Amino acid sequence: MRYLPKSPSERQEMLDAIGARSVDQLFESIPEKFRFREPLPLPGPLSEMEIIQYFRERAAENSRGYTSFLGAGVYPHLRSVVTDALVQRGEFLTSYTPYQAEFAQGTLTAIFEFQTLMCQLTGQEVANASMYDGSTALTEAVLMAERLTGRRRVLVARSVHPEYRQVLATYAKNLGLAIEEVGFISSGQVDRAALTPAKLAEAAAVVIQSPNFFGVLEEVPAVAETAHAGGALLITTVTEAVSLGIVRPPAEADIVAMEGQALGITPSYGGPYVGVIATREKYVRQMPGRLAGQTTDAAGRRGFVLTLATREQHIRREKATSNICTNEALFALVATIQMCLLGKEGLRELAAQNLSKARFAQAELEKIPGVRRAFSAPAFNEFTLEFPRSVKLVNAALLREKIVGPYVLGTQYPELTKRALVCVTETTPRAEIERFAAALRKILETPI
Amino acid sequence: MYPADYRYTKDHEWIKADGAVGTVGITDYAQAELGDVVFVELPKVGAQVKTGQSFGTVESVKAVSEIYSPVGGEVIETNGLLADSPEKINQDPHGVAWLVKIRLANPKEISALMDAAAYQSYIAEKAKEHSA
Repeated sequence: MRYLPKSPSERQEMLDAIGARSVDQLFESIPEKFRFREPLPLPGPLSEMEIIQYFRERAAENSRGYTSFLGAGVYPHLRSVVTDALVQRGEFLTSYTPYQAEFAQGTLTAIFEFQTLMCQLTGQEVANASMYDGSTALTEAVLMAERLTGRRRVLVARSVHPEYRQVLATYAKNLGLAIEEVGFISSGQVDRAALTPAKLAEAAAVVIQSPNFFGVLEEVPAVAETAHAGGALLITTVTEAVSLGIVRPPAEADIVAMEGQALGITPSYGGPYVGVIATREKYVRQMPGRLAGQTTDAAGRRGFVLTLATREQHIRREKATSNICTNEALFALVATIQMCLLGKEGLRELAAQNLSKARFAQAELEKIPGVRRAFSAPAFNEFTLEFPRSVKLVNAALLREKIVGPYVLGTQYPELTKRALVCVTETTPRAEIERFAAALRKILETPI
Repeated sequence: MYPADYRYTKDHEWIKADGAVGTVGITDYAQAELGDVVFVELPKVGAQVKTGQSFGTVESVKAVSEIYSPVGGEVIETNGLLADSPEKINQDPHGVAWLVKIRLANPKEISALMDAAAYQSYIAEKAKEHSA
């Protein structure tokens, strides 16, 4: 990003233009005690050579040579240099969500492609231009269900990402929305028997995740049938979008709320990412955020518009469908480019690689005495193991071997102590999986 | 243009009373201001509405507008025709494109509303403001 300095005469010119005498006068509505008077505590200027040296040193502080088996909602996948080169084009990198929408045909085209891909991936009919991330997409999906059904309760599976449930709880708290948790059974899947007709009769929606937080696949059609029989909608969230390259899409869900990070966005300490909301066409007017649509111009040429924008916050203010969403245009573009580069076959191949590497890792790890599979239902690229001792202690020992260990499920699930959530993607070489298995075997053989 | 047996609100709804039941719609002026109507959102039958309270929306290609109830009461019927043919609001706003029928909580409320003549001078005034 460029730094645009202002000379004193330019400042004066701007002050004259708005009719302010001084910068102080401009800010006089801010009480004196809140104004910062001292100079900013910044280090002095450096020469170009010193700056380069400084950043080289910082870069050298990065850890190298580690292999990670940590997933739990964020997944390392390969990203092509083509994606990097394209998204860094100034036309995309510096533009904000288009408010003078039709002027930005390139951006609208990219959004339209994104929506189309998301519909194909999720098995739904309409998708919007994107949301902040998976957790806010899920929350908006719940609010949609509330508007559609007029019901004020939601049944949320405990196997939904704990952070997603926390975000939902934060929104729900002041909206008077009641959230009831639904447990899981020994397969790791949602306890369908707990979805009783009495509970469903009051519920706006049943919320599940697939693959769920424990890595196992939910039986989406069966849960949908149960939910629908009770008059509730089914919301399915997906945190690992690559799974849809090989897993049946959640087409039976009424709303799909997905995290798009796995589609070529680097983990980057937790964000920014891109959320996806996809649903049935009949629910489109309750869908938050923006939607690019295809049309023809006066000369009959193909063009794109922002459609249904009349319900959006910049037009409808406090009566808008949502005032707490935005679109993540740049990251939606990353996902779009990544998917187009992969193509249908490529995505399937990528998903197949994840699945087979995870299966291999699971088989290798289960050979270790005392290590066993925790849940019986099929999984994708993450699976839960039970260790004979604390996962935290094991992870500390693994880190000394330059291995970032699995997610410690006990931190969010007291009932799942000694359970480790292992993630393996196409980025994990076979030799590293074997090194992990050997290190774990050695650690568990050593007395505490 | 504006039926003499209807009553009108400043928010451009009309109501026609038939005993204890009032039929409600939006006026020709309202539909012309909105432009092509593409979607209508109506309350559920059985819903209780209050005078001046929004009970639904009319969405056109350029705006989404609230519909305010001219009277208080219970919604006893909604116009199913509008789900598939919202454009009827542009074609026949005072006739086939009525929105809801309300069982009036207080039939006397209607007499407080504008009659056709008063409404016509009200919108003529509006038009003058716009051109001023």
